Amino acid sequence: MTSTGSTSPNSTRTRISRLFERLRARGERALIAYLTAGDPSLERTVSLVEALERGGADLIELGVPFSDPIADGPVIQRACQRALQAGTSLARVFDVARRIRQRSEIPLLLFSYLNPVLRYGFEAAARDAVAAGVDGFLLTDLSVEEASAYTPILRSAGLDTVFLAAPTSTDARLRLVAQHCTGFVYLVSRTGVTGERDALSGQLEPLVQRLRRVTTLPLAVGFGIARPDQAAAAARLADGVVVGSAFVRLIEESEGCPDLERRLEEFARQLKQAMAG
Amino acid sequence: MLIPVPDARGHFGPYGGRFVPETLMAPLEELERAYLEARKDPRFQDELRALLRDYAGRPTPLYFARRLSEHLGGARIYFKREDLLHTGAHKINNCLGQILLARRMGKRRIIAETGAGQHGVATATVAALFGMECVVYMGEEDMQRQQLNVFRMRLLGAHVVGVKGGSRTLKDAISEAMRDWVTNVADTYYLLGSALGAHPYPMMVRDFQSVIGEETRRQILEREGRLPDAIFACVGGGSNAIGIFYRFLADTGVRLIGVEAGGRGPELGQHAARFAGGAPGVLHGAYSYLLQDANGQVAPTHSVSAGLDYALVGPEHAWLRDQGRAEYVAITDHEALEAARLLARTEGLIPALESAHAVAEAIRRAPAARGQIFVVNLSGRGDKDIDIYRQHFPELDQDSYQPPL
Repeated sequence: MTSTGSTSPNSTRTRISRLFERLRARGERALIAYLTAGDPSLERTVSLVEALERGGADLIELGVPFSDPIADGPVIQRACQRALQAGTSLARVFDVARRIRQRSEIPLLLFSYLNPVLRYGFEAAARDAVAAGVDGFLLTDLSVEEASAYTPILRSAGLDTVFLAAPTSTDARLRLVAQHCTGFVYLVSRTGVTGERDALSGQLEPLVQRLRRVTTLPLAVGFGIARPDQAAAAARLADGVVVGSAFVRLIEESEGCPDLERRLEEFARQLKQAMAG
Repeated sequence: MLIPVPDARGHFGPYGGRFVPETLMAPLEELERAYLEARKDPRFQDELRALLRDYAGRPTPLYFARRLSEHLGGARIYFKREDLLHTGAHKINNCLGQILLARRMGKRRIIAETGAGQHGVATATVAALFGMECVVYMGEEDMQRQQLNVFRMRLLGAHVVGVKGGSRTLKDAISEAMRDWVTNVADTYYLLGSALGAHPYPMMVRDFQSVIGEETRRQILEREGRLPDAIFACVGGGSNAIGIFYRFLADTGVRLIGVEAGGRGPELGQHAARFAGGAPGVLHGAYSYLLQDANGQVAPTHSVSAGLDYALVGPEHAWLRDQGRAEYVAITDHEALEAARLLARTEGLIPALESAHAVAEAIRRAPAARGQIFVVNLSGRGDKDIDIYRQHFPELDQDSYQPPL
């Protein structure tokens, strides 16, 4: 059985699947922006998300920091450390989501590692996520083999579950990944960790083609996409493009200066325009 | 009756498994296939056996510690002398097995993590022996504390890369090694040093270390005509412990006692006693007992022994504890140091600080165990720890002795 995720009754109701349907109808690609929640502060995360939305971001990946982020490069590792020092926890990220949701309908995907959610408890996390207006989870170290204990809890609460597909994944694994995804499939553009790279990986196009054969779900590409020209190239292949470390680096470099919102908004706009070109 | 573990997906009861980013899943499947084939290949096993004998120095002796036993006045204490192996600890058993596997898989580049440097030195050694490129990740804090081992690795031709992230210790070195592997997975073999990580590592490392218990069982039967009453081993990730325990699992009359690092005391952050202060969680690919805070962040750990200073215990130990087959206790820094001093003075053996924890628990129990036989896995020698012993025994830098003239 190949994936039927996009036609399941559950997924058509989520903000994430509605977003991709709307963009698809307009012939647009989704700009997905990643931020580590709580970097530089929880307070500031709310206004940074609003700035990204003004700049044209379509979906926000809100990073829940973890002490040992093995899938992340140095930029997001440092962001995690700053966020943890600022007292960020999953409970507080739900508070941030709730505040964003008071003024915005932008889809929110929590991006994290398994342990903080495990510790919180999956039932409680699912319940509190829905109450806060969160739309789904992507837990980078939760493999599809281990996911069966957890995904049903998230799904039955109405949340999307997004998993990674990688250039190393066999076709059999890609089918399995697609079966576990709702909302979209997150493609890792290259073997490696998150972070900016000079060129888009040649591993990406074959991966997109292999995935298209096993799923009708939207495909979003991340890991290594930092510049407008790279975003444009990725947008020609996929339905969404994730930019993370480049935004996080802007936050790091600004050290909380007041025009950070304006800079994030402007960078998001450049990316979105390049993706439309 | 014990159920054989792990299952096909690497689970020891609820523990273990494979919790890694998708990029590493297919490579782990490939590693598992290659290992399972190698395990039943007689040529692989013959080559490994020959290396263990001629290069590493196996079998290691089982030594009866007469003076220590008499001093304590109770149990008869034997030491399994892994400290006599090449590179000074049991780590070489696993490294030889995995380097043969790496060669069999056609990998040319070896990466590893190290805390105190024992596994790094053993990996650099086997990489030199097989002419492979070797990169060892080591926390900058640990590099500072273990400068001689850094130099040893470089003398052996390895690159030692300092890790700046997190606490700059073993945990961060493992994270960085995993990041390297996820990036260079096509030509790189990750030679993990303990019974940790994602499946198949805990099973594979256990298998390569189980030679310790195989020999011990044969040797004690020869010497005493019966099995021991208790076996003691220190538990960081737990590879020397599972290595000596494994062959005795079905011998239910033999108590298996794992000794964790009690550090400075029971407060979170001051020790590495996962079973005393931890709860099940996921770190570096496996589900097991983990020292963590209320938000699921991995807690800092402390032990005088860098090899025990890690937040997660190997998953098979979690399972053995749940089953009641093995018991786990904690020994403080101070108790381990004093045990090392007593062992040095009664037997002329200076243990690695890790092994000194197992020695300390045996010393604690021996006086009340008259007629019993204890076996302690002396997993490593103390040469690497002389600077730390020296810091803790400053009185030994002076000697007021006047020769009788």
